[in-house]
Amino acid sequence: MIILRILVLGVALLLATGPAQAQISDGVVKIGIMNDQSGTYADLAGPGSVVAARMAVEDYGAARKGLKVEIVVADHQNKPDVGSSIARQWFDADKVDVIIDVPTSSVVLAVNQIAREKNKALIVSTGATSDLTGAACSPNAIHWTYDTWSLANGTGSAIVKTGGETWFFLTADYKFGHDLERDTEAVVVKNGGKVLGKVRHPFPTADFSSFLLQAQASKAKIIGLANAGADTTNAIKQGAEFGIVRGGQQFAGLLVFLTDVHSLGLEKAQGLLLTESFYWDLNDQTRAFSKRFAERHRGAMPTMAQAGVYSAVLHYLKSVEALKSDDGPKVIAKMKELPTDDPVFGKGRVRPDGRKIHPVYLFEVKKPSESKGPWDYYKVRATIPAEQAFRPMDQGGCPLVKK
Amino acid sequence: MATQALFGQLLIGLINGAFYAMLSLGLSVIFGLLNIINFAHGAQYMMGAFVAYFLLSLTGLGYWWSLLLAPIVVGLFGIALERTMLKRLYHLDHLYGLLLTFGLALIIQGVFRNEFGSSGLPYAIPAQLTGGYNLGFMFLPAYRAWVVVFSLGVCLATWWVIERTKLGSYLRAATENPTLVRAFGINVPRMITLTYGFGVGLAGLAGVLAAPIYQVNPLMGADLIIVVFAVVVIGGMGSIMGSIVTGFALGVVEGFTKVFYPEASNTVIFVIMALVLLVRPTGLFGRAS
Amino acid sequence: MATVKEYAGAAPAAVASAVPRHQIVAFLAMLGILLVAPFFVYPVFLMKALCFALFACAFNLLIGYVGLLSFGHAAFLGSAGYVSAHAAKVWGLPPEAAILLGTAAAAVLGLVIGALAIRSRGIYFANITLAFAQMVFFSSIQAKFTGGEDGIQAVPRGTLLGVLDLRQPYTMYFVVLAIFLGGFLVVYRAIHSPFGQVLKAIRESEPRAISLGYRAEHYKLLAFVLSATLSGLAGGTKALVFQLASLTDVHWTMSGEVVLMTLLGGLGTVFGPVVGAFIMITLEHSLAQIGSWLTIVQGAIFVVCVLTFRRGVVGELARILRKPL
Repeated sequence: MIILRILVLGVALLLATGPAQAQISDGVVKIGIMNDQSGTYADLAGPGSVVAARMAVEDYGAARKGLKVEIVVADHQNKPDVGSSIARQWFDADKVDVIIDVPTSSVVLAVNQIAREKNKALIVSTGATSDLTGAACSPNAIHWTYDTWSLANGTGSAIVKTGGETWFFLTADYKFGHDLERDTEAVVVKNGGKVLGKVRHPFPTADFSSFLLQAQASKAKIIGLANAGADTTNAIKQGAEFGIVRGGQQFAGLLVFLTDVHSLGLEKAQGLLLTESFYWDLNDQTRAFSKRFAERHRGAMPTMAQAGVYSAVLHYLKSVEALKSDDGPKVIAKMKELPTDDPVFGKGRVRPDGRKIHPVYLFEVKKPSESKGPWDYYKVRATIPAEQAFRPMDQGGCPLVKK
Repeated sequence: MATQALFGQLLIGLINGAFYAMLSLGLSVIFGLLNIINFAHGAQYMMGAFVAYFLLSLTGLGYWWSLLLAPIVVGLFGIALERTMLKRLYHLDHLYGLLLTFGLALIIQGVFRNEFGSSGLPYAIPAQLTGGYNLGFMFLPAYRAWVVVFSLGVCLATWWVIERTKLGSYLRAATENPTLVRAFGINVPRMITLTYGFGVGLAGLAGVLAAPIYQVNPLMGADLIIVVFAVVVIGGMGSIMGSIVTGFALGVVEGFTKVFYPEASNTVIFVIMALVLLVRPTGLFGRAS
Repeated sequence: MATVKEYAGAAPAAVASAVPRHQIVAFLAMLGILLVAPFFVYPVFLMKALCFALFACAFNLLIGYVGLLSFGHAAFLGSAGYVSAHAAKVWGLPPEAAILLGTAAAAVLGLVIGALAIRSRGIYFANITLAFAQMVFFSSIQAKFTGGEDGIQAVPRGTLLGVLDLRQPYTMYFVVLAIFLGGFLVVYRAIHSPFGQVLKAIRESEPRAISLGYRAEHYKLLAFVLSATLSGLAGGTKALVFQLASLTDVHWTMSGEVVLMTLLGGLGTVFGPVVGAFIMITLEHSLAQIGSWLTIVQGAIFVVCVLTFRRGVVGELARILRKPL
């Protein structure tokens, strides 16, 4: 099993041997999937993102079209120094044309810098920071799947509008947590809600009981979880133990993925509100895609991060073909020019600031009695149309946007 | 902050302290007899939780069986480590024991991470211990109450065995002068092996206790180990009562930090450790070397 | 109190003034390799290895020659990185000033921590240094200027002394090489000076050294500060090479990693830490695809080294050649 996985990861995927095109650098379009292969975010992106990228290459029919595509994989271990040295090496020595996925905001920002410096392309799916289309926006990068602003907006505004007007935040004491809390608080207040209190816990924290007591004492209707990964699942799990939901309070996860809900189980996670831009059971297209994905990924349904990688690779290849070149900023420009269409997000487009837009959904986790089987976890509470789901271009402060 | 809420935090602190006490007790017992700093303790704690998970998912044996079996499984694993590796280090400086067990911890955690991912596996609270009591100032989950009572019992029983029984007196004597004890016809190497197994078993037991509260996660013990390590040092290396008392006390201190300065709650124990070591270089309950 | 006894066995008779010939040969070989390496191997990789080699040499000064295991050396590497990065990026200082400032910060930190920690020994010393390093880690998260988990990014490499443009990879490489060699020679000099002899005497028997009239505490503190300073030099340089200062470098696992490098190369050998660092960085590099495998391999190296290979690579080599390396 381990050996198999090394083989799968280690051996770069070579598809077809069509004639090399003069404009494609060294005749191969080399895609680097960089993410967390073994840490906290391995299940929500990790090897699954690689599966998704491969599916996209196959579905696009690169081989048939004479496009030679190669995929390489690296584990950045959620450390910006590791991520940046891999990115440098990929661009400098290994002839990688585009880096895709990249969870963990700190790593994304570092890689973004390097992609720009080396004039290559970057498409972010799992990374969350909305700075990528704000102060840090670049002609070399596209932010594909979701961002902190859209999560805060989706979760914050929809919840306040449906009656959850008082909030208490459990925030990871990290820049990422602070940003998420700040953005959500702004949305909550703007919609007429009130923040009754907040507590900043160290990252990582195993025991949340003390913080949960403080949240209970606040009597806020909604407990916003501005954290991620094991912190979020631990907080929810212990929240069930301390009777948070039974006491009439509700958790709102600001960054929760399908795999987190899966590992918690419905018993613990029921009633949780969260925002995502993709869920496998949205329509026939998403179901068909997800079923194929699950067959290749140990039966696990794709998260929005993994589905986003699929969609991004598809559009990237389409633009490379249209342009007949894999030059970093030129492909990115082409991607912004062409409309997007794929089974994951349906029709959409990429804005000039590098933001890919599509609808975003507020989900509620089902009760165990409502679920028809494994992975049947969400019901849609609200749909936020593409044009409203992301931060308006003029508010991000992206220098690429002409006023 | 209302007094009532502080009561709640005090209780929560004691519950977390129960884990520190059990883990540091195991470390202390091992250090006392083997002179080895068992850095793999966190990994062995994680293994306890995983054994509980597997007992349930593969054989259907529930929590109560795990409470009995998981420490034995993990303890046997520890005995195997002691027989094959640790015993070769007794004549060396104990820094080597620390480095070896540090390496073992990395291997164990890496293997589990590779096989089971990192987002954790679910483990439910046993049916008999769901629900809780409304104490007026807080809602106390029944399982937490069980944790604090059970681990206090285990800690005190261990203390009693080591400090008050004949077996314990052999152990303590072997710590002081193994050659002499051996001269009395006692099999000291076997005693050492069993002690290590027992200490590691305690870590496994703590892992089972933790499984229903935290995610069963390959990295659950990775950062915990240095905290527990600090608890042992503050209490005084090798002091049984020291580690029990310090474990509970630091749980409470940490609990209050979570209220008044939550950001620092992971660091406060290290601040205390530095202060204690500056004033009393062998820890609060440690004997001067 | 026991100290680390199983070092490589650098001959105590080595006289301070005369450098043994085989060490000169080894040094020249190392120099030769490092001079041509960047034309065959990816320079950024080499620079990373050099920074860690310097870090490991600094650490080795403490464990190999004073017998003190510090489990908090990441504090010096990381905080110097932050200071250098901040100086270069926010204050716009030239690289030489930025690195010096970072190094100085590590020296001051080393003096403070050292003064407090040096009284304890063995396990307690390891713990108290760990405790201080945890506090430094905590401050790094809390302080505004460190940028939390994002770290300080996009640090400009700048122009060294107003002439050398460090954005050129080869220029940067040779500057890093010069810094490394400088640090390496300082350590070498320290070990082979009368000061180094006193340190070894303290390692062997502190009471004896004291009874001979040496103020052991003073010597130990001096060695600690020197070690911290050189770690800081490595950290400041590393921040400029990667144009990044991040929490990784102050985290306690980094303190563990430097122990591993030194142990693998050979505690108390001159060239061991360098070899250890290069092996470890190469491993990290080739296992970049799966992080969990990296931990397993690192763990296995620890176990193998401690069980069968306590002299480390260079230590074993020295034993075979019967010459201290």
